[in-house]
Amino acid sequence: MARNASAQRTAGQEWLRLWFDERSRGLIYQLLVILGLALVVAFIVSNTIANLQRAGLASGFGFLFDQAFFDINQKLIEYSSTSTFGRALIVGMLNTVLVSAMGIVLATAIGFFAGILRLSPNFLLSRMVGAWVEITRNVPVLLQIIFWWVLLTGLPKVRESLSIGDSIFLSNRGVRLPAPLLEPGFEWVFVAFLCGAVAAILVSHWSKRRQNVSGERFPVFWAGLALIVGLPALVYWFAGAPLAWDVPKATRFNFRGGFNVTPELLALWIALSTYTGAFISEIVRAGILSVGKGQTEAAGSLGLRPGQTMRLIVIPQALRVIIPPLTSQYLNLTKNSSLAIAIGHQELVSIGGTILNQSGQALEVVGIWMVFYLGLSLLTSMYMNWYNRRIALVER
Amino acid sequence: MTAQPFHRSQAEMLPERAAPVTTVGIVGWLRANLFSSWINAAFTLIAFYLLWLMVPALIDWAFVNADTAGDNRFACTSSGACWAWVDQRIDQFLYGFYTADQTWRVDLAVVLLIPALAPLLFEGVPFARQLRWFSLAYPVVATFLLVGGIGLEGVPTDKFGGFMLNLTVGLAGIVLSLPVGILLALGRRSRLPVIRVLCICFIETVRGVPLITLLFVSNIILPIFLPPDVTLDSLIRVIVMVTAFASAYMAEVIRGGLQAIPRGQYEAAQALGLRYWQMMGLIVLPQALKISIPGIVNTFIGLFKDTTLVIIIGLFDILGIGNAMVSNPDWLGLSTEAYVFIALFFFVACFSMSRYSIHLEKRLDTERRE
Repeated sequence: MARNASAQRTAGQEWLRLWFDERSRGLIYQLLVILGLALVVAFIVSNTIANLQRAGLASGFGFLFDQAFFDINQKLIEYSSTSTFGRALIVGMLNTVLVSAMGIVLATAIGFFAGILRLSPNFLLSRMVGAWVEITRNVPVLLQIIFWWVLLTGLPKVRESLSIGDSIFLSNRGVRLPAPLLEPGFEWVFVAFLCGAVAAILVSHWSKRRQNVSGERFPVFWAGLALIVGLPALVYWFAGAPLAWDVPKATRFNFRGGFNVTPELLALWIALSTYTGAFISEIVRAGILSVGKGQTEAAGSLGLRPGQTMRLIVIPQALRVIIPPLTSQYLNLTKNSSLAIAIGHQELVSIGGTILNQSGQALEVVGIWMVFYLGLSLLTSMYMNWYNRRIALVER
Repeated sequence: MTAQPFHRSQAEMLPERAAPVTTVGIVGWLRANLFSSWINAAFTLIAFYLLWLMVPALIDWAFVNADTAGDNRFACTSSGACWAWVDQRIDQFLYGFYTADQTWRVDLAVVLLIPALAPLLFEGVPFARQLRWFSLAYPVVATFLLVGGIGLEGVPTDKFGGFMLNLTVGLAGIVLSLPVGILLALGRRSRLPVIRVLCICFIETVRGVPLITLLFVSNIILPIFLPPDVTLDSLIRVIVMVTAFASAYMAEVIRGGLQAIPRGQYEAAQALGLRYWQMMGLIVLPQALKISIPGIVNTFIGLFKDTTLVIIIGLFDILGIGNAMVSNPDWLGLSTEAYVFIALFFFVACFSMSRYSIHLEKRLDTERRE
């Protein structure tokens, strides 16, 4: 009788026991999730196969080697309408990287400048910068990109272009700049620049070690300047100035010579840098404010001048607060560069869109977009994490 | 002669002297804030000069020399802005192509937003308890008002446009992404590895790619993934993608809030015998969500500005309507006016939200110091 009851329990309540045990319940949950996910994936895959077959599309990346019949006007590598789709995508990726890199540099400069100005004791100045920051960051970046683009394409025609010193021309075709022509011998200037940079880094390490040991200081800044700028300049002089400029000439309808920056690239660059710069200025301001007043006072009582206090005491501590949000701003800028499609600047998303329309390979193109942006995000955050670890406070 | 003893004493206190004129009042303020040093004085003069250049010119352009009447751009003859189009086009800017005699429904939905949001955003609102039920019902009420249905004339979603489209996509995105974001944040902190990894993959993938690629996915890829006889409304597809996008960001904001809750709260809840969902729903989330509200508002500001991206997949939000007007022969080239006008809408909305979020941060800060 008793054995019978216990047998009944094991049969009926074994499942209940599993359900009330936290670990096995967790396993059941996860199995259910995996099962559900597998069903969804199977549903999507079967639909996709059916849809692609119906549309008569072959999947795969073979289309990358087909000829692209469109042109790209802003490019960093050789490309023509006889090149392949694959090459077009590479041109697009390089354009994305180019505008992101340019934007990050300018946005950082604008952000730090505006952030420091906003902390100025001058009431009028800080309020004016504050008003600019609020206006810039509270208006959609797409609107700003289109606004700048309309403004730049509304500049006068080539014949009436505005010129700066008869070598830089502003017109509705963008900015025409003199192009540097490198003559033989210039490579030595480049080598001298590299050597100077390496030497400057070594000198700064040496002087830091010496100062730690003996307290003596060395004019690192001036030595570095001499090595990085002076040395190449000297080599340049001795090599017989191997650099000429291809200065653009305005003709009736277009320019001859020089190189052109399209209004699209320019508009994207200005809009992205000011928009992101406004966010960065807030980050910089918060970072500097996060360094206690006692730090500045202590530095003052040690006899440091205001500039030294800023450079040696406040900024290094503020950077720890600034770096993490700065990383996400850089990533935002990179992602926002895809808005170029709205004004016809040809970067990855816009070129991908053209290819998608021509070849119909939607899945593959979207896949390439995602992998590229994810890779870029991953690389940026890895670098910034490394940098962040390097400057992090070393606690006991 | 006897020498007079030298006395020098003062029976009563001297009256207080006023502080030097140079340190108090307007002069003192000017000296401290504008002319404290040579450099500062130079900055002040430059700033004044810039203001003197910009502000009168701006006022001249926008108001004094502006034209406000006329049927096309040729009616605008003065040198300033041409606002003549506002009268004709304001309905399009606000409601898109929404059926003209039904726009009161959009207005009503916006007005009803006030009692729906008030008890969530502010403390000390009368009837807060009852109003919260209304907040919960608001999404249904608003959908009914906008789309129509029982008793109301139906309006197809492809007629949605203008600022109303921005509001619809933004609000729907935030309302839907909040619960999804909470689940993702809990999943990311879950002890079950499969759920944790899935949540991390989703969050990091979505945060790593631009919103445009997701919108392209909604437009091009989603139809490939679904059976051929299923067609989703394009507005619904956009809202689904915007929700997916916002929920990944929301999840990270809420995760920050969850991490700020001390371990003792979890342990105390477990010691009381609460189960996982009871512990989260009754103890942890109410505290975590409260401290995440500033972050949630900031996410919403970002999302709201991003709703302009729908123009890239061919919907006509306020920016799309503006672009269309600027290329219309009647109003060709009035881009500055149109974009300034649109920017004003977003500025007012986003600026007031960011002020609210700063105010909230300050309040939370003092509460926690007590």
